[in-house]
Amino acid sequence: MRKVAAAILCVLAVGCSKNATAPHGLSADDTAFQKKLQEELLDATAGTVIEIPAGTHALDRVLTLRANGVTIRGAGSDKSILSFKNQISGPEGMLVYANDFTLEHLAIEDSKGDGLKINDGENVTIRDVRVEWTGGPKTTNGAYGIYPVKCKNVLIEDSASYGASDAGIYVGQSHNVIVRRNRSEKNVAGIEIENTIGADVYENSATGNTGGILVFNMPNLSQPGNSTRVFKNKSIANNLGNFAAKGAAVASVPAGSGVVVNSNSKVEIFDNDIAENKTANIIISSYYSTNYYNRPGVDPKYDPYPRAIYIYDNRFKGGGDSPDGIELKTLKTALFGLNGHFPDILWDGYRDSKNLVNGLPPADERICVQNGGVDVLDADGPNKFKNPKVDTSSFQCELPKLTAVQLPGA
Amino acid sequence: MGRLRSHATRDRGCAISRRGRLASVASVLRCKSSEHRERRHAATAKAFTACVAALLLGACSRQSQAPHFFAEGRPQKLSDWHMVYADGARLALNVGVVAYDVNTPLFSDYAHKLRTLWVPSGKAAKYDAAATFDFPVGTVITKTFYYPLPTGTFRESNGVARTYDQTVEFVNHQSASEGLNLDHVRLIETRVLVRREHGWDALPYVWNAAGSDAELARTGDALPLELVADDGTGEAFTYVVPNENQCAGCHAVDLTTKAITPIGPKARHLNRNYRYANGDDNQLRRWTSLGLLSGAPDVSAAPKNADWRDPAAPLDARARAYLDINCGHCHNPAGAANTTALDLTAFAAADRHLGLCKPPVAAGRGTGDHLFDIVPGKPDDSILLYRMMSHEPGVMMPEQGRSTTHHEGVELIRQWINSLPGTCVS
Repeated sequence: MRKVAAAILCVLAVGCSKNATAPHGLSADDTAFQKKLQEELLDATAGTVIEIPAGTHALDRVLTLRANGVTIRGAGSDKSILSFKNQISGPEGMLVYANDFTLEHLAIEDSKGDGLKINDGENVTIRDVRVEWTGGPKTTNGAYGIYPVKCKNVLIEDSASYGASDAGIYVGQSHNVIVRRNRSEKNVAGIEIENTIGADVYENSATGNTGGILVFNMPNLSQPGNSTRVFKNKSIANNLGNFAAKGAAVASVPAGSGVVVNSNSKVEIFDNDIAENKTANIIISSYYSTNYYNRPGVDPKYDPYPRAIYIYDNRFKGGGDSPDGIELKTLKTALFGLNGHFPDILWDGYRDSKNLVNGLPPADERICVQNGGVDVLDADGPNKFKNPKVDTSSFQCELPKLTAVQLPGA
Repeated sequence: MGRLRSHATRDRGCAISRRGRLASVASVLRCKSSEHRERRHAATAKAFTACVAALLLGACSRQSQAPHFFAEGRPQKLSDWHMVYADGARLALNVGVVAYDVNTPLFSDYAHKLRTLWVPSGKAAKYDAAATFDFPVGTVITKTFYYPLPTGTFRESNGVARTYDQTVEFVNHQSASEGLNLDHVRLIETRVLVRREHGWDALPYVWNAAGSDAELARTGDALPLELVADDGTGEAFTYVVPNENQCAGCHAVDLTTKAITPIGPKARHLNRNYRYANGDDNQLRRWTSLGLLSGAPDVSAAPKNADWRDPAAPLDARARAYLDINCGHCHNPAGAANTTALDLTAFAAADRHLGLCKPPVAAGRGTGDHLFDIVPGKPDDSILLYRMMSHEPGVMMPEQGRSTTHHEGVELIRQWINSLPGTCVS
């Protein structure tokens, strides 16, 4: 009797069923692929290697991983493509909460939110991963391409990001980070290091973004960042009109910014090729210049001043000739004429007046430039650009050099 | 007691549904009582009686079973747990399984929810004033998501009612304690949280089209539905069932431990009356008297969130309760969204921590071109409201768990932001 009853149930159930997994834009193959891949992610344990075969795989929901020690490996960032063009839930393409994670040799395309987000992971390797919004730069693209946040020991190498509406490669609130040999194009920010302690950013190419390489500190977060080295990069012609939604930190970055340091400290910029960035090849600025400062919304303990910034031995070419925004344009024309250009380094002029020594910050907190005849423009931002001046002598100083980031096992 | 018994007897009658054969087969397979009083003493006897009653009705091919705790593994069917079950006429609760509700619920595309708790006999959860109660190993919590059916539509269509009216969906007593009337509801999914030795596990089950049982859906699902309003207008949407890892997206409220915990069973959410079979009672008091909970103070001394829909409650309390349950599982100081420094729990200081004048951190286009999370007095300049109004992945908040906009929730938060004093201009 029990068997009969069960059989009747089964028949009726199947007969009534109208294919519960309804079609929503994915082919049957892609639906099956998505289910299988997500199952592999659920079943993964330390040591698991999940292979993504070559081909374009359409997915409509975020892939999530929470197991430690997992490697996800494709056949190449131009071969194994995870496409989220028809995504209905997410918002990320891939969301990872795990330690000892490696993602390599694949592409994530057109996610509604961030391409790859890794939250609170230790020992993270991203290698030969491409994150791209294939429709080109758009405000409606996801914010970040490759986005480790609150992570420790991060290696991002030989990867690429195109079209992020915030930062292509964004490392936030992390410790001990290497970002090397990556390519970042057509994003608002090419590469951004934010509130991170200990980052080496080298041999990357940032071009065609709004801003090439950014080192920022934002208020209210888990830690202020310091100790980032930016070296041997190419930050060329980052002149794309800013397409970030207002309110995003990078929305304040003027188009034509090569390297930007905002409110961060202990930043070393050396041996880079920085060229043809039309606002300025290097900008040093304070959070006060971003339009977002307000007293009730910002932690009073937050330090808005860039301190101990050391710029040396870079190769500059062109740039500064057509700054973004009416204020900077007016300033440039007033100081250097229609055909002139800003010096390679633009400083907004916000200084911590509480600890000046003979008008200068303490020796270990200064902005120091050892870059041949390169000038700095003090834009006098605090006084609405009333008394800007080109200065070199105030920046003739040296700072102790930072040590290289060492990753475990490297 | 006499009155109670008469209820129980009637419930055990296992009436054959007017929907015929399928329903009757299902009902005899799963005929059990949902009476939850006396869970210690009477469970076995009642199960036995229920089965005898079913046998008398003609075809009890399977003994009623007590709720079952699986110490490991993932049972393929919801019915394997014997917590809630469809008997053709109703979605019923097994003996010893207690229905509960929360003061203010998470919005889930207007789905209605039946929450149940089962704690192994002889064990009890430990009360905590702020955190989720410490439930003993073996505890099973279920949450069934369902919709009332719109009048005049076919069960087989995708139409489900967008309503707060619950009068048609309950079998009895204007609450789910006696189960749901399957003539009037469509069951969507049931999520199971089970407390095992290593901690909590989360398992999603999706109801089959016949509404007879729910199947394990580890990778989630996506169902096309249409919300039908009282005036007959429809809103098509995709109901997304989360995958197992996405369960953790909300239920791992501590990012560092990554441990899954239930969200609802906290004092402030549970401290309210529920309509039990034998009358109204405060849930904390009832759980204590049933032996499910130990260490609870008198209910007047326990914290209590407002009911977001209670017009008598202060606006601020309603808004904070709404943000607490809808956002606080990620936006808490230890949660996944602590990357943003925005704390929307009931405990957040009503300043920048709660988003007042706070610049966003990683909102991307989710800012909607606004500068601050909340601008006092200016809901339309506030990122928080903008993200609530959206139902687009990448913009909307919460990031998961809904595909539609909660209009009434938006209205509440709009009024609240309007009421806030101050300005962000410094």
